[in-house]
Amino acid sequence: MADLLQLIISGIATGAIYALAALGFTLLWQASNTINFAQGEFVMIPAFLMLFFITTAGLPLWAAFLLTCIVAMLLLGLTFKRVIVDPLIRHGVIPLVIATLGLSIGVKQLVKAGVTAQALPFPNPFPDGLLALGDFKVSYADIGTLLLAGMIVIGLQTFLNRTVTGRAMQAVAQNTDAARVLGINVRRMVLYTFLINAVLAVVAALLVTPTYLAKFDMGDSIGLKAFYAAIIGGFNQTRGALLGGVLVGVLENLTGAYISPAYKEGVALLLFLVVIILRPEGLLGKAEERKV
Amino acid sequence: MKSARIIGLVAALAVYAILPQFLKSYGVYLMTLLCVYLMAVFGLNLIVGYAGQMSIGQAAFYGIGAYIAGILMAKMGISFWIVLPLAAIICFVVGLALGFPALRVQHHYLAFATLGFNVLVFLVMRNEEALTGGTFGISNIPRPSLFGYSLDGALPFFYFSYASVILLALVLWWLLRSPWGRAFAALRDNPIRAESTGVNITAYTLLAFAIGAACAGIGGAYLAALVNFIEPGQFHLSVSLMMLLAVIVGGSGRFFGPVLGSVIVILLPEWLRFLQDWYLAIFGFALIVMMVFLPGGLLSIADRFKSAGGTK
Repeated sequence: MADLLQLIISGIATGAIYALAALGFTLLWQASNTINFAQGEFVMIPAFLMLFFITTAGLPLWAAFLLTCIVAMLLLGLTFKRVIVDPLIRHGVIPLVIATLGLSIGVKQLVKAGVTAQALPFPNPFPDGLLALGDFKVSYADIGTLLLAGMIVIGLQTFLNRTVTGRAMQAVAQNTDAARVLGINVRRMVLYTFLINAVLAVVAALLVTPTYLAKFDMGDSIGLKAFYAAIIGGFNQTRGALLGGVLVGVLENLTGAYISPAYKEGVALLLFLVVIILRPEGLLGKAEERKV
Repeated sequence: MKSARIIGLVAALAVYAILPQFLKSYGVYLMTLLCVYLMAVFGLNLIVGYAGQMSIGQAAFYGIGAYIAGILMAKMGISFWIVLPLAAIICFVVGLALGFPALRVQHHYLAFATLGFNVLVFLVMRNEEALTGGTFGISNIPRPSLFGYSLDGALPFFYFSYASVILLALVLWWLLRSPWGRAFAALRDNPIRAESTGVNITAYTLLAFAIGAACAGIGGAYLAALVNFIEPGQFHLSVSLMMLLAVIVGGSGRFFGPVLGSVIVILLPEWLRFLQDWYLAIFGFALIVMMVFLPGGLLSIADRFKSAGGTK
């Protein structure tokens, strides 16, 4: 029983990281119909940036994290939106999907060819060791991940629901034209979404890289999981991404322990396929009307 | 104009047929690989370019075809000529089974379903060692013979694959010219209007998807016979993405788009070996630039010039 509980808790911790990446994914979709196939690389780049600031500039991890947040907002938020999304969004979803696919390949190979093809170790933001409560043990890293991810999610939800800016962003997500008529600066709200996505990716990088290691293709796996999570939970619901992320993390852990480590991904993948086929709007999502 | 085009096409086909005579075995191998790859990519163009659906799982069908050939030919000694139609039929049926539920609900969900399917197929190939050989793959897959004439050599197998891909292209071309094929264009350009004129969108799209999958299955069987060895890495999700990009780069919905795209994806990296990993880095960023300035693919340049000339 204690084993099962431990597996579930560490699954939720891993799932929380997927949820962060998935959250950014759904926010971009809601605000601007952007399906970002480079979401995994958006986690990989900050991992390398933080390592660069730590090793080359000799900064402590927290300072490297804050600095990377700023760089990421400029690079993965502002520049990504201006250079890639803005010119392409008029043409519809597909060209943008292809362009982000190109971005994913380009960035990955650039890091592989220009930086390193090897996996680099990354400092753990949390202390090593296990917290033991009788039979039940949980690692400090899992606790720290849950706390940090939980704080980010609650902070984001509060921002979206309680502040004027956050509510304006939701209005843009729900109905862009109506929001514009009401005098909301749509462009700015969409830009905020891109900045938030960049910061979420940096946090995900901080939490995931100590175990995944910094490698050019580390984004493949996390990008895919974020994608599953967003679809399972519901593409057009922020809460959906959270549920989806946690479900994927927990299912992975349980499958790995009880069914077969080789099929670790399998059950989450099956859930993903079942959701697409039986409930395409996702577990928590709302069905979208067909637009003529 | 029309006849000039046909002459150009025949000349290009003839050059491609003669070229291997002057190449070493690796060059012949690459030219054969392009033919085999094209079978799958022609099929994908039917799905993406004509039926207007995103499929991110073409390599899964390519792999299913290859593993059917590998298992039946290498392990059980069954003839290529039985395996080939079997691979096509199984991929067609699996395509129907995957596409039917995915297309019934909402159209762009086919992209997501094929993505998941590809990852799942990859896991099965890697983990079911008893059947697929796991990461070790299946080796010693024999090459077929035709009317008692062995196709073991590099050149005979090249001509066999080359003739096959041309035949496949002709079938697809005929299909697209038929009234049945013309419904595709209507579908892609304005699905709602096509539906209102009596085209059953779901049935047509589903059929296109299944035929595209069958083409990949055929290509997979040829691939197994070409390289004699298959392993899961050849059918990873990233291979599907490259196939999709090959269609888009060349110009989706253009009959010869896949040819140009496949050359860029398969042959150019070999010629530009000195660039190593930089090739894909450049390719990735070039893709973004292309989507901004030339979203119709490289073959749409010609149209650009034509319309520019027409307005003068």
